[in-house]
Amino acid sequence: MKLFDYARTSRVSDAVGLVAGHPGGAFIGGGTELTNLMKDGVLAPDLVVDVGALALADIGVRKGQLLIGATARMGDVAEHPVVRERFPVISEALLASASPQVRNRATIGGNLMQRTRCWYYRDVGSACNKREPGSGCPAIGGQNRWHAIHGGSDHCIAVHPSDLAVSLTALDATVLTLGPDGRRSIPIGDFYRLPGSTPDQETALRHGELITAVEIPESGPAAGSRYLKLRDRATFEFAVVSVAAALIQAGGVVTDVRLAFGGIATRPWRSAGAEEALRGHPLTQATIAAAGRALVDGAQPREHNAFKVELVQRALADILEDFGGRK
Amino acid sequence: MADSDALSTGERSRRNVLKAGAAVAVSGGVAPLALAHPAVAAESALPPPASTAEVTLRVNGVRRNVTVESRVTLLDALRERLGVTGPKKGCDRGECGACTVLVEGQRVKSCMTLAVMEDNRDITTVEGLARGDELHPVQAAFIQRDAFQCGFCTSGQIMSAVACIKEGHTGSHAEIRDWMSGNLCRCGCYPNIVEAVRDAAKGGKL
Repeated sequence: MKLFDYARTSRVSDAVGLVAGHPGGAFIGGGTELTNLMKDGVLAPDLVVDVGALALADIGVRKGQLLIGATARMGDVAEHPVVRERFPVISEALLASASPQVRNRATIGGNLMQRTRCWYYRDVGSACNKREPGSGCPAIGGQNRWHAIHGGSDHCIAVHPSDLAVSLTALDATVLTLGPDGRRSIPIGDFYRLPGSTPDQETALRHGELITAVEIPESGPAAGSRYLKLRDRATFEFAVVSVAAALIQAGGVVTDVRLAFGGIATRPWRSAGAEEALRGHPLTQATIAAAGRALVDGAQPREHNAFKVELVQRALADILEDFGGRK
Repeated sequence: MADSDALSTGERSRRNVLKAGAAVAVSGGVAPLALAHPAVAAESALPPPASTAEVTLRVNGVRRNVTVESRVTLLDALRERLGVTGPKKGCDRGECGACTVLVEGQRVKSCMTLAVMEDNRDITTVEGLARGDELHPVQAAFIQRDAFQCGFCTSGQIMSAVACIKEGHTGSHAEIRDWMSGNLCRCGCYPNIVEAVRDAAKGGKL
């Protein structure tokens, strides 16, 4: 690990000012991601600003919005009674993530900022357009079992790894930030960028801009939401495919539905087509199959990940069963 | 040995602190903020960023002072600087759990946090569990159930189990397996580990 300067402050504006004024500066929350990336040489900040002492860890409902502070720990959010009862998809997504030790430390802001698990990105001996723009993407013609079938480009097909981000995408969350130019509210749909020709630019954040909280509107669908994560082992593993579903039915038809997917795309993937196939219809074998087809419409599978096209449709059918649908 | 280490690196520390302070001043790291909020900045006692720090860790109830580079993990500070070798370095990337310790009573992977981030916190390692010759119930249960072969992961398993029981995640074998999943055992002693955790949680025959 390269030597760096370290600073800790209890003032949000100081933390932002320090990183904003330092091109090689980075924030550290729980440290569960940045320490690994620094050990591997993937990131080498020369200034690390600890946000652990900032008063940004509150969790609560205000004016119909759930507000989760950026330095709240994954474990605390997952087990918070309001989150469990009124936003279960968030709790389930967090509990399906990492291990208890990591959840005790990793923060909500850090979780949203975690980097892809693409092994070429993590290996500094490999080319990678995300880590070293212009060096190439070995995943496209290489070992791409874990990679994206949606949202990729000729420059990058790395999957975004956060389960939390998938659940927040289903619930139309907003990311609140403070940067050198002041406060911003960024809808989660605009927060993560598609890789295009600049896969190194992963989010809408500017240098020095800090996530201070996420805000999630309360709703009927949120209260009955669910998360399903399929992985290579039972626990402590990233998703091969995941689904966050929030929907309500009235009079035997789906009246409101939000579906977001993980493991299949370069960013948390909301499927308007799948939602459209269900909205206003009963959950039947036919409508569920139609939603699955809409979900994978335009998918670009690669040599080793074509199975995801089928698997994600089955995952969707599986979770819709929990809402009374029949496969 | 730890104390003399701290003294010798303390010299290096002060030089680096000065250098670091100068670098920030030259690059103007905090200047924009100070200009924007002069009153706030004047009140704020923001210590200058530094590449080394004097850190106090309360390890198993004993205050230990050590001067470390900011890049030193809690695991390396414990093992290499303070001689506390209960936490093991398995993967050094948060995957195996052999380095698990309790910080302020919560289980964490000590390879994934920096020592400077843990300043003034209570650290409990496996060395801090027994009371004299009397083993902690989780230690006794691991022996009773033969919950290890090579033993390399055991101290991490035990620290994780202590927390797992305190958290109340021991309702079933499946729940124990899920909540102990941050600790890998290369020898595959999982069935016996689960039984040991279950025994200790029940407070049954140890």
